[in-house]
Amino acid sequence: MSEHKTTQELQNEAAKIWEELEAKKTAGTKLTPKDRTAIPPQEMPSRDPIQRAHEMGEVALGFTETQARVESERCIQCGGAPCKKGCPVGVPIPEFIAKIQQGDFKGAVDTIKQTNLLPAICGRVCPQEKQCQSFCTVGKMLKAPEKAVAIGRLERYVADWERANNQITVPTPAPDTGKKVAIVGSGPAGLTVAADTRRAGHSVTVFEAFQKTGGVMVYGIPEFRLPKEIVAKEVENLKKMGVEFKTSFLVGRTETLEQLLDREGYDAAFIGTGAGLPKFLGIEGENLIGVFSANEYLTRSNLMKAYDTEHADTPLYTAKRVAVFGGGNVAMDGARTALRLGAEKVYCVYRRTRAEMPARAEEVAHAIEEGVDFHFLENPTKFIGDEKGKLIGVELLNYELGEPDASGRRKPVAIPGTEHVLDIDAAVVALGNESNPLMAQTTAGLNVTKRGNIIVDENQKTSIPRVWAGGDIVLGAATVILAMGEGRRAAASINEYLASK
Amino acid sequence: MHKILEKRQLSYDQERDQGVYYFKVTAPEIARNRKAGQFIIFQIDDNYGERVPLTIADANADEGWIALVYQTVGASTRKFSRFNVGDEVPVLVGPLGSPTHIEKMDGVVVCVGGGIGVAPLHPIVQAHHNIGNKVIAIIGARSKNLVIFEDEMKAASDELIVVTDDGTYGRKALVTEPLKEICEREKVAEVVSIGPAIMMKFCVDTVRPFGYPITTSLNTIMIDGTGMCGCCRVSVGGETKFVCVDGPEFDGYKVDFDNMMKRMGAFKDKEREADHKCRIGLDAGKVSA
Repeated sequence: MSEHKTTQELQNEAAKIWEELEAKKTAGTKLTPKDRTAIPPQEMPSRDPIQRAHEMGEVALGFTETQARVESERCIQCGGAPCKKGCPVGVPIPEFIAKIQQGDFKGAVDTIKQTNLLPAICGRVCPQEKQCQSFCTVGKMLKAPEKAVAIGRLERYVADWERANNQITVPTPAPDTGKKVAIVGSGPAGLTVAADTRRAGHSVTVFEAFQKTGGVMVYGIPEFRLPKEIVAKEVENLKKMGVEFKTSFLVGRTETLEQLLDREGYDAAFIGTGAGLPKFLGIEGENLIGVFSANEYLTRSNLMKAYDTEHADTPLYTAKRVAVFGGGNVAMDGARTALRLGAEKVYCVYRRTRAEMPARAEEVAHAIEEGVDFHFLENPTKFIGDEKGKLIGVELLNYELGEPDASGRRKPVAIPGTEHVLDIDAAVVALGNESNPLMAQTTAGLNVTKRGNIIVDENQKTSIPRVWAGGDIVLGAATVILAMGEGRRAAASINEYLASK
Repeated sequence: MHKILEKRQLSYDQERDQGVYYFKVTAPEIARNRKAGQFIIFQIDDNYGERVPLTIADANADEGWIALVYQTVGASTRKFSRFNVGDEVPVLVGPLGSPTHIEKMDGVVVCVGGGIGVAPLHPIVQAHHNIGNKVIAIIGARSKNLVIFEDEMKAASDELIVVTDDGTYGRKALVTEPLKEICEREKVAEVVSIGPAIMMKFCVDTVRPFGYPITTSLNTIMIDGTGMCGCCRVSVGGETKFVCVDGPEFDGYKVDFDNMMKRMGAFKDKEREADHKCRIGLDAGKVSA
């Protein structure tokens, strides 16, 4: 683990580099690609790991202006924009970075917003190292993908700059078309469709089952990774555009989709209901007291604010030794939440190794810095409870990596006879979700896969006329940005359909 | 919005300092679409409030209201009991859960309600009655002053049996006694049991020798109530089921009541603590409204 540097230290380093770059510019020397790739990648300032592990505040603090300027100069404007191909919503990446190079932050954020309306969110939660940054020429030249231009951090910088400086401009919708669009779910997919269809001049209502808007960005992703204030700001912007939000409205139950279309006169609908029933391990003792799905664990803390014991009515389960099962972002969120809720020891049990973990690299690094104890190549076989039905331990089995499986990752193979017990008093299962069955159960003719995911065509159209779908309810468990990508496609198709009607 | 139209205290348990309240609340969409057996979730505060599931005790689609009956068992229900006519319920979502299966049946439908469980049983009794089934209802409480919904149940059933543990009203018995007698003398098509988990468990044990179908409605702890969090899961026939979307009603023979009762106690200490904090300096007793 490298030593933790303060923002000031990082800023001082950046300022020194910036001085040299300025000197070159003043001397009239143009930076060559070699000069640019020689600039050291800028490290993300973050709060002190020991202190932050017990607080809910955001961990990654964002680049300083100097850092952003320095990092932007690392982009060689290679032509061909391979990075853009790695972006599910096709953000014009070289163009927005060029704006930062010119010091035009507003221009940069506006460039991003041509295709991505939620840059402050995507800059924080996108798995950039698997998308845009994995294609970056600079990373390739340096033969070190982790040294690619920090596209995500730059995106976040300009989005935060815009918000902090009250520079947010809300797009003016086209003149009213008189057409009504119903959007089911206010997560990343739903909000994207809302923005794009409202921009086209349609009247848009977003229905949300929870009392708060934002979907997984509010109930799932913790405050320390994505401040709720940022999500609230995006929703506020949509309201300013004229989008209407109806919370505590469960489409399928409060009213069915058919009622909305036929009775309430909506001309088109988009289903973005997100993740569904949590997956469990299917092992003995899973219903013991103290075994939680990550969804429940995180929802209690995030949406219900149970971490704020002073004010919140929703109780938390007090645990000193917590094990989280899984290797994705949700597992990292669960483990790091457990630390913040007062656990003395937090384990993350994953049956593969760090290299195969689906979580964002930065989240894994942060979890390790904060003291999460990773048990790689282990998997639980049963939960152990006391006479009152309370969890007291978990039996684990060691694994080794075998041949690659269908996902391309090496398949973990159990090593018989290696059973051992880990003493824990809470378990958080983060193995993904099944689909939520509600829309399919209550909407006649809506075709779903065997796993319950809604079947759509290349334009996100479902088997029912006037109904589109996207996000996790189509993809299974995916990411914010993939959900937004589907939302954009659906909105384009909805706008086209409504224009021709 | 959900305005409180009517508020009544149905009973007050001095021994435990628990009141049972009836709130009639405007909720036009829910009133129009709800069916017997479904529930809602309410919050008394949209930021810090707990999400509490309550079964719908009555509804009127034309007038656009639903009725909620609940007992003050924790901080949230106690705070809710201080709401008055004209106040708004900040969060109310529903109807949730799968409706009761109601069909014309050959034989008697026996509906057994214990304590506060009588309220959610009421719409089920009504629905069976309305479709033409013969309904015998058994309602039980610890004592006379805790018997609720007697008139409503009488109106909706063909025969009503009231029992109390201490014999201060109706017959001195547990609900399982008349249930056993009915099973012995009648051709029973279905038994429906709603009440404390321990009561439902004993109802199942009572009916088992006769082999009649028995449906139980579970009231586990929930957060979202829409099939996302998994908090409400129970073991049914060896499989993990979610009360909020797969239930709330399940085949009583298959429910693992022991595990369910343990899980429902998961936050007991915290609830007691919160309830205690909530009561400090407040008169939680009789309602003035």
